[in-house]
Order: sequence, then C-alpha cells, then structure tokens
Amino acid sequence: MRTVTELKDVTKAYGNKIVVDAVNLQIREGEILALLGPNGSGKTTILKILAFIENPTSGEVTFQGEKVNFKNTEKERLQSTLVFQKTTVFGTSVYNNIAYGLKIRKVPKETRDREVKKALELVKLEGFEKRNARKLSGGEQQRVAIARALVLNTKLLLLDEPTANLDPKNAGILEEVIDTVNRENKITIVMATHNMFQAKKLPHRIALMDEGKITEVSTPAEVFGKLSKNLASFAAVDNTFTGTAKATAAGTSKVDVGNGVQIEITAQRQDATVVFINPQDIILSKAAVESSARNVFKGKITEITDLDPLVKLKVDVGKPFTVQITKRSFSEMGLCLNAEVFITFKASSVHVL
Amino acid sequence: MADVLGEIVDALQLIVTGNPEILGIVSRSLLFSGTAVILAILWGTPLAMLIAMKDFRGKTVIKTFLNTLIGLPTVVLGLILFLIFSRGGPLGFLGLLYTPAAIMIGQAILITPILVSIGVSAIESVDPEIMSLSKTLGASESQAQIAVLKEAASGIILSDLASFNRAIGELGVVLIVGGNIRGGGIRTDVLTTSISRDTAIGELGLAIALGILLVLILFTINIIVVVLRKASYLVELAKGPYSKLKRSRETK
Repeated sequence: MRTVTELKDVTKAYGNKIVVDAVNLQIREGEILALLGPNGSGKTTILKILAFIENPTSGEVTFQGEKVNFKNTEKERLQSTLVFQKTTVFGTSVYNNIAYGLKIRKVPKETRDREVKKALELVKLEGFEKRNARKLSGGEQQRVAIARALVLNTKLLLLDEPTANLDPKNAGILEEVIDTVNRENKITIVMATHNMFQAKKLPHRIALMDEGKITEVSTPAEVFGKLSKNLASFAAVDNTFTGTAKATAAGTSKVDVGNGVQIEITAQRQDATVVFINPQDIILSKAAVESSARNVFKGKITEITDLDPLVKLKVDVGKPFTVQITKRSFSEMGLCLNAEVFITFKASSVHVL
Repeated sequence: MADVLGEIVDALQLIVTGNPEILGIVSRSLLFSGTAVILAILWGTPLAMLIAMKDFRGKTVIKTFLNTLIGLPTVVLGLILFLIFSRGGPLGFLGLLYTPAAIMIGQAILITPILVSIGVSAIESVDPEIMSLSKTLGASESQAQIAVLKEAASGIILSDLASFNRAIGELGVVLIVGGNIRGGGIRTDVLTTSISRDTAIGELGLAIALGILLVLILFTINIIVVVLRKASYLVELAKGPYSKLKRSRETK
C-alpha cells in the first residue's frame, strides 16, 4: 500500500513544553487511521502538522513522496484539510462556507453549485445553502464544517474529534459520512478521538498516543485484544476503567474498578477486564431512579464543560465518569458544581474491551 | 428672544429652499471629509491589519500611543501641519497650504489613530481560528488575511464611520491649514469653519442653518452606527445561551 504522508522523528515544542515527542508515523493511502489518547496527548498538534498549518520544531514530513518545506506549504495545503474540534464557521451563508475552498481553487460556479449541493446531501443538510451558518445549531454547524472539507476532495482528510461535541443523532450521521467517503471516494482519513467505542468500529488502524508519543500502531482488533500492554494510555481516556471481574449468581459479572465502584456487565468474565461506557449512554438524575438498569452510583459534579448544544459533566462517584446531557436538560435540572447526582446505566451499555 | 426665533426661521428657510451657498458648503464638507476617510482607509487598514495580526515587540506601546493620539487637540495637529506645509516648512515647496488638498491630507492624518484603533480591536475580536481555518481550506497567507478582514467587516465599517464623524465635525485642522477661504477661485470654507465665521460676523441665520445640517449629518451617521451595532449584536444574541452559560459558570 502506498504511503500518503510520513512523519519522521517529528517533535513539536512550545517553549519548553514538548507536545509531540519524536513521532514516527506512516499514513497509508485509503485508510482510516485513528489517533486515540487522552486530552493533551498531542493528537491535535499532529493533525495540525499533517494539515501543514503548524511547523514541526524538528523532524521531517514527507507528503506524496516529497519532503515538505514548511516555509511555504500553500501547495500541500490544497491537498490536505483539517476539520477542527471546536466548530468554526465563517459569519456568512452555508453556501459561502462550503464554497470557500472551491473558490480558492478557482472552480467554476456551476461546478461549485453542484458540489456544494452534493456535500450538503451527504451530511443531510439539503436546502441549507442560504441559511446563516452562525445561526445553526452546534451539530448542524459541525456538519457544515465537515461538508466544507469534504467538498474539496483532498488527498488527506483530517478530523479532530469530529463527534466529541455532538448529540448521538448528529454523531451517527457523521460516522456514517466518514465511513462513506472513505469507502466510496477512497479518501485517506486521520481522525483524533478519545471515544473508545468509535475507535473500535471506524478505523483500519489505531495509533495510541500518550504524552506526545505514539506508543503503538496496530489494528483495532490487535489493540483491543492486548490491552494490558498499554493500560496506562487507556486509563486516562474518558469512562474507561480497569478492574477485576467476578461472575455473579445472575449470570452477569461485576468489575471492581476500585474505590468501591463495582460495574455490572452482561458478559461473564473473570480476572482483569477493561470496560468503557459511552458518555451518551449514562442517565443523570438528581434522585435515584427506579429502573431496570443495573448500575446506579451516587456522586458529585466536579467539572462542567459547555459543548453547545451539549454539556459535558465529570461526575465523581469514587471514579470519575464523563456524562453528556443536552444543555436544555442541564438548565432544567438546575445543575451546578458540587451538586449531588446519580448516574445510571444498563449492564448492556458497558462495552468490554 | 424674538431675534433668535427670527434667525431660526431664516435658517429653516435657507435649508428648505436649497440655498446654493449652503449646498456648496455642505458638499465641500462631505467631499473633503469623505476623501480624507478614503485616504485614511488606504493607509490605515493595512496598518491595522499589521498591528492586529502580527506579533512583534512594542505592540502594546504602539496601541497605547494610537489611543493617546485619538485625543490630540485638533488645533495642535493643525499647528503642526501648518508648520510643515508653510513656505519655510519641509513640504512648503508643494504649495499645499490653504488648498483643499491640505484639508484632506490634514483630516486624514487626524483620523488615522481612531480608524486604526477601532480597526485593530475589530480584527483582534475575530475568532483566531478563522486564520487557520482559511489556510486549511487552501487559502494563501493573504487570502486568509482577507477572510479575517471580512469577519471584522462590521467593526471596520464602524471605524470608518466614526472617522468620518470626527473629520466632518472638527475645526482646528481645517481652519489652520485650509484658511477658510470664501472668495476667489478655490474655496476652502466648510461647515465648521463657516459656522464659526458666520457667527462672528453676525450672519446668524446662515450659521444656524449650517449648524442644523451638520448635526443632521452626524445624526445620520450615528443612526447607521447603531443599526450596524444592532446587527452585530443580533449575531452575538444568536450565540447567546453559550455565553450566558459560560458567565454563570465563571461566577460560581
């Protein structure tokens, strides 16, 4: 398989702080490669270097066989585009947003109109051309951002946590789009994620990142098959816990992840087990709710992050859980820091990695 | 009191009948100040872009200096320019003193600090990601800068209007370097200088008429500014819940 781009001993430092540490990475034509690691592990910086909008402090980058001169990357930038984690749109119409890169490439108007329409269909925003991009919901804006990148048909498409700020519906639409453009348009994709679930199903290969280094690159099956080796990098990922499992009389298992937190799972397991709970699968309530869900924990809100239209909360129940709720629920429930809350999730929502 | 009322009636008559003397003065004011704004935009906008988009040492000093210059008394600037343009001055050979050109250049210099200052803050308030966004979509350095400028458009227009406001209402520069010449071939008397002269010589009707028109012009500009502000406020409002939530979090 041909290599689209290659990083050789690439290091990036801001002052004394090294954020990317001697990274070697080959990106193969036609693949989806996921950079998986906790926040601050250097994923975004690697993507920015691959997009040629950030210069490496040292090391070498080759793109389509040629060494990249970072003094002028105008030519390369036409072939590699990045969708930021924080959705950014131009303060103009959806059409002008999506057509921006095509105008730069001097694509004639008829082709431009056609391409914009096609891209909008792909992200399920048909007929949105004339809408003011800034007045769309967060999820719709992120879809505009993806369409704006897709329409360029670049050799390399870079996605920084493309679904992190999205509700499940929008996230689902985007995952489908990512899969489609990779399969049908053969676009090479590198995406950063700290969503274990996403990393397991979308990419062909996973590069595990921790503290600016790539600790391992292999297929999802391999990575998730021999977890123990890189437990350190997984431990910091949202809602991923390791512990010892014990079978229960009911045919399920309980994983003791420490600090008195025992997570019930449907699989029958013994010994060391790594579990992941999708933040969207957790129900948050102010009082304990009676339900069929097997996992109920009481805790305190320790962190609130606004990801319009969602709010991400850290709830400490002995172990820190990340929970995503809509902003509307957030205000209706009148939540604040240190508020006592309950988190509830089904045993079947726990993914055993 | 009756006299004053009579003068006001006279003034209104002059305005309504479209007195050619008044029309001449108003159009000269608009032309000189308008040209001054265009001149200031030509050199002020690149300067604002440079200060806002580039990181360099002494940036804060320059910004503070510009803010100080905004408050420079117009008569002081008028005096400085007089010395430069007068026969013995460094630019005396151009023969610009007491010509419309001197007024336009003088006003352009006067309004540059205000134009650049507001322009810089408009550009600096644009989401810093816009630059990277344009670049990753294929824009060259200058195309990315234009994208940022477009995002700052309403603020930039605001700075242009505020500059025009300052230019058309100032007296010091236009009086000292323009000379307030009424007779002869080339006239350099404008709204502010004419009001001052007509008041002094007792032509109160004319002075009042010009005063009313000057206020009307300023009022119109301010209405445009308010409408523009409201437009950008509406954009802010659309992002509303986010900023509200952020604030409530900060206060906790």
